Amino acid sequence: MTTLDAPRASTAQFDTNELVLNMGPQHPSTHGVLRVVLKLDGERVIDADCVIGYIHRGVEKLCENRDWTHIVLLTDRMDYVAAATNNLGYVEAVEKLMQVEVPRRARYIRTILAELQRIASHCLWLGTHAMDIGAMTVLLYAFREREFILDLFEEYCGARLTYNSMRVGGLPLDIPPGWDKKVLSFCDLMEGKLDEYETLLTNNRIWVQRTRNVGVISGEEAIGLGLCGPPLRGSGVSRDLRKDEPNAAYEEFDFNVPLGTQGDTYDRYLIRMDEFRESIRIIRQAVEGLPEGPVMGKVPRLLKPPAGETYHAIESPKGELGYFLVSDGRSTNPYRFRVRPPSFCNLQGLKRLVAGHLVADVVALIGTIDIVLGEVDR
Amino acid sequence: MSDESPKKEPVKSTDEKKVTPSADSAGPNGPSSTSEKAVASPKPKPKPKPKVPPEPPKGPEDQAPPEDQVAPDFVAVVQTEMADAIEKVSYWVGDWTIIVHTGRLLDVMRFLKQNDVTTFDYCSDITATDWPPRDKRFDVIYCLYSTSRRHRLRVKVRVNETDPVESVTVLWPGANWLEREVYDQFGVNFVNHPDLRRILMPDDWQGFPQRKDYPLEGPGELLMENPQDWLRLRNVSDEANTEPEIE
Repeated sequence: MTTLDAPRASTAQFDTNELVLNMGPQHPSTHGVLRVVLKLDGERVIDADCVIGYIHRGVEKLCENRDWTHIVLLTDRMDYVAAATNNLGYVEAVEKLMQVEVPRRARYIRTILAELQRIASHCLWLGTHAMDIGAMTVLLYAFREREFILDLFEEYCGARLTYNSMRVGGLPLDIPPGWDKKVLSFCDLMEGKLDEYETLLTNNRIWVQRTRNVGVISGEEAIGLGLCGPPLRGSGVSRDLRKDEPNAAYEEFDFNVPLGTQGDTYDRYLIRMDEFRESIRIIRQAVEGLPEGPVMGKVPRLLKPPAGETYHAIESPKGELGYFLVSDGRSTNPYRFRVRPPSFCNLQGLKRLVAGHLVADVVALIGTIDIVLGEVDR
Repeated sequence: MSDESPKKEPVKSTDEKKVTPSADSAGPNGPSSTSEKAVASPKPKPKPKPKVPPEPPKGPEDQAPPEDQVAPDFVAVVQTEMADAIEKVSYWVGDWTIIVHTGRLLDVMRFLKQNDVTTFDYCSDITATDWPPRDKRFDVIYCLYSTSRRHRLRVKVRVNETDPVESVTVLWPGANWLEREVYDQFGVNFVNHPDLRRILMPDDWQGFPQRKDYPLEGPGELLMENPQDWLRLRNVSDEANTEPEIE
């Protein structure tokens, strides 16, 4: 009797329990084998713990047992949607360690390849990110244009995904005749297609509602968390290693670094769309100003850098891709090979980004930091 | 097939004209080995000398900066203000490195982050290097970057397996996963870390894969099933100085 009559507090009636929800590793929106253990209060996320390492292959250990020249091929397999950028970072780090001069033409072609790769990588990001949120069409459009880039790469080096396209000291191949014209016509095509993507998304009410004010992070916090690349620039921090520490031939080109203002998912989307256009600008300048000359510098066949260590970082599509190399000065393989993977460092920020958001936003936030698990796990 | 000795051995014993066999003649125009072997077979072969492996490397020298290289502001200021905590300053191919006493690591890092000249507000990377012959076998390396002044610096501490290394997560929350990875791969003992678990390897993994004494091909199934047996087998094979046959 008394129990029924006793007044109940309204909160007690709808008391919720914390629920632990496992997401992944075989979840289509985790872009690979990422497992996120979510702690939920109703539909709100309280905490998220990322479990990674499902495709850990020990690339660093493998590289320490390979020749300096053979490693280029293994770097392809880390960020496999931007293999040329990985090649670029590695060969430049070795060149820095050996103090090798690279011919100007090679540096230009490297820039073109890296920027084409950035467009391809961003295409993949755009397609999958939009599909995660529910815009199916964009995936098909973006993959269609990515296909053109893969064709260009295939014509250049014969491979479509893992290019092995650079060597310490330069490039293995000069560009095939007529390739530069094809690159230019691709740039023209891509510019029109970008407008098409933006028609689908930028002012789309559903898209804006799903991304505006989702995963807001301040610039200061983003720096502290070690975010890099578009997630950092989305919060208004001007940090692009192409500008700050120019590698390849970037110092010779004119381009802008797009910055966000609010640090939310929509801003990160907008700056990546601008980066497409900046990449196209760089490619145009590089193709039009492509100097004549050799593509390979004077490098011994068997590399043996002097004893020492160096850290070299470049701006990959995902952020700061750094290589820390140590040579002991007498063997033909690196004593220590370390990659600073941008996806790994950005993924760390997921825990902070998802706190307080809905479960459905977790999918959007995994998409916005643009991870490749091959690089996270190595 | 069963002949295990190097091919240049019979050449040395039979053919006197070849006076320089010590140079590795693995080239395509070397003598065809089959005919030489047939001649040499009745003679007892001299046992090949066990090759003395070169001493394992102890790490680069950490070159001091050349005379004409002026230390930039951010190095000079930490050199003067924290002189007692700094062991050495090094410069190599354009990179500045400071080597810090392990106990003072956090002080130096705090100074580097908060000082107006250094302003290292971004922790790019944390990694380690293993040099087994050294007493303090690990170099723990911090790559710092300043987003406002755009300069880089590496900070290095030298530790062994048990030395406590103060975690820098209080200064840079982003160091969390990076330190976890160093712990996972090398077994460096970070203290005051909020969440020191393995990150790339499974939680119950034994051993630290990036150490130089860890086999490249991995430990095989035995380690996962019975680590004690694995260790015993490994010790035996180490003593016999043969290839470990564990799989």
